[in-house]
Amino acid sequence: MNNIFELLQGRQGDPDYKKKPVIVQGITGKFGSLHTRLMMDYGTNIVAGVTPGKGGQKFEEIPIYNTAKEAAKATGAKISILFVPAKFFLGAAVDALEAGIKLLVAIPEHVPVRDTMTVLELAKKNDAIMIGPNTPGIMIPEVIKIGIMPASSFRAGDVAVLSKSGTLMYEVSHNLTEAGFGQCITLGIGGDPINGTTLIDAFDMVKDYPDLRGIVIVGEIGGDAEETLAQHVIDSNFEKPIVAYVAGRAAPKEKRMGHAGAIVYGNYGSAESKVSMFNKANIPVAKRPAEVPMLLAGKF
Amino acid sequence: MRLLEYQAKQLFAEYGIKIPKGVTSKNIEQGRKDAKEIGFPFVIKAQVPVGGRGKVGAIQKCNNADEFELKYSQILEMTVKGEKTRAILLEKMAEYKKELYLSLFLNRGKRCYTIIASSEGGVEIESVKNQVIREIGFGNVEKSVTEEVAKAIGLKDNTINEFVDLVQKLSKLTIEKETELAEINPVAVLNDGSLLALDGKIITDDNASFRHQELVKFQERSELEEKAEKSGFTLVELDGNIAVVGNGAGLVMSTLDMLADNGGKAACFLDVGGGATTESVYEALTLVSKMNKVKGILVNLYGGIVKTTTVASAFIKAYDEKLIDLPVFARLMGAESDKAKEMLKNTKTKLFDSVEAAINAAVIGIRK
Repeated sequence: MNNIFELLQGRQGDPDYKKKPVIVQGITGKFGSLHTRLMMDYGTNIVAGVTPGKGGQKFEEIPIYNTAKEAAKATGAKISILFVPAKFFLGAAVDALEAGIKLLVAIPEHVPVRDTMTVLELAKKNDAIMIGPNTPGIMIPEVIKIGIMPASSFRAGDVAVLSKSGTLMYEVSHNLTEAGFGQCITLGIGGDPINGTTLIDAFDMVKDYPDLRGIVIVGEIGGDAEETLAQHVIDSNFEKPIVAYVAGRAAPKEKRMGHAGAIVYGNYGSAESKVSMFNKANIPVAKRPAEVPMLLAGKF
Repeated sequence: MRLLEYQAKQLFAEYGIKIPKGVTSKNIEQGRKDAKEIGFPFVIKAQVPVGGRGKVGAIQKCNNADEFELKYSQILEMTVKGEKTRAILLEKMAEYKKELYLSLFLNRGKRCYTIIASSEGGVEIESVKNQVIREIGFGNVEKSVTEEVAKAIGLKDNTINEFVDLVQKLSKLTIEKETELAEINPVAVLNDGSLLALDGKIITDDNASFRHQELVKFQERSELEEKAEKSGFTLVELDGNIAVVGNGAGLVMSTLDMLADNGGKAACFLDVGGGATTESVYEALTLVSKMNKVKGILVNLYGGIVKTTTVASAFIKAYDEKLIDLPVFARLMGAESDKAKEMLKNTKTKLFDSVEAAINAAVIGIRK
């Protein structure tokens, strides 16, 4: 698998170290253009945009292409962030992967599960990583932001934050920042039933990072990603501190709580099941977001 | 979308899966005609989008007209796990020798479909014993896999072929209709070895509904749900008296949890969504204002994509137009929160620095 830190910032000595080129698919849309500007303000090196039919035009001096293939060929970018509406996700994602993109960050919500599965299969075949859909994105604070998160919540540091929820990732990171815990990477896997990058994938991506001091997992009801991650942590004998938070303890069963994936059937997907597995893995679970830094401090 | 049993069975029939003779009605006048059409005895089944109907008497056998008058009205008025009966299915009873369990299910953890079968159907999936589970990729089950499953659950003779045929049809339905779950529980093994779907549960992928105009007819949405979808927010009604409003599903769930921990009861879950505008939040507040049970509103915002001022403007508009006269307890963070706090200073909104403080004030405040 590709090393996520290398993909995002390159290696020391690379001419584009910490300036990795990024393509924005759907750059001229309302959402895409707003966040392109915000990412550029943060220092992300946006080199090209894609909007079918608008090839040859420019967005704030950035050239626009009709396809990701043309954009990737012209710029050599291996990272693309996707802002297209859910209906056009499949086409845009396939275009990106066929263009040789190795890290695809899929922002749109409401993507059909079948389309996600189709793209995921192609990504595996092409040795590419898809984050999302329905993700807030991924960032290395103070280096690169590929997503829609508000920059002010995050500071550079050595804690990894892996989250199902967007706003909770901001909230928890903000709490960590306030308490003096900066972040070496923050990644939202997305609130959909099927994620391009699962919690386990995300854990494996960050666990061997040399400067990593600890991991914060922000989970929520639905599915069993937290349970399988807890088992994976037990199996892999990971020794660094991990703290978790699980949202949705008070949610009723069989009701979709905002995210397509946030639904409990019987005990499947319930908060109790997740908390008890985390406990089994010796991972303390915060009762509220503000408790996360305290639990983490207790582990150091 | 979760289909009702009779709707699921309609799809089964379209795909050639055998179902018992049945008719569906929404009032007793139509029900009486239906009863004549299929003839006693039959089963009266409440059509509700939840399981466990048998246990609460929402499925009852009916032998004659007197029983019918009594039971039809009773089941039509019934509420099962908070869900009102939507319609009544009258269904001919079948004689059979065995009940199986069968489902094709989108397994989120494995990121593929799985087939689950058991020789002991007729109970809820959590209680189904001796489950045989196989991963089946995108939902297309190989014939050899199905045969193996059939044997593993102890089927014999012509029932094996019947089972292979049934799974192929269910698999076609799963793929073409983009279901997350297609379950037949129980599958009856009739005396001649053939199979009959006695119940049906189908959940389709809401996000794929733009490709499935043919399923729209099954949709029964409340006015509330329709408005919410149009305006891009999510509203889930709950039993309590404090409306919980925030941005982001995770953050609102987290607020519900903390409210419950402090003895409060949420009246609703309202996620204004990533694309919230002053108008859409105002629309959401209109819906909240119509819920009589609401005694106060708890607001937890972490401004990012959605600016806190956008939400504050909606509250000010709601006060100005006398849409709401309820106490509001708010915690505002992130994008433009200083400005939003300034805007709300001389209103009925009480501002707090932490969500914990806002919750405490809300729980105490509504008791006064």
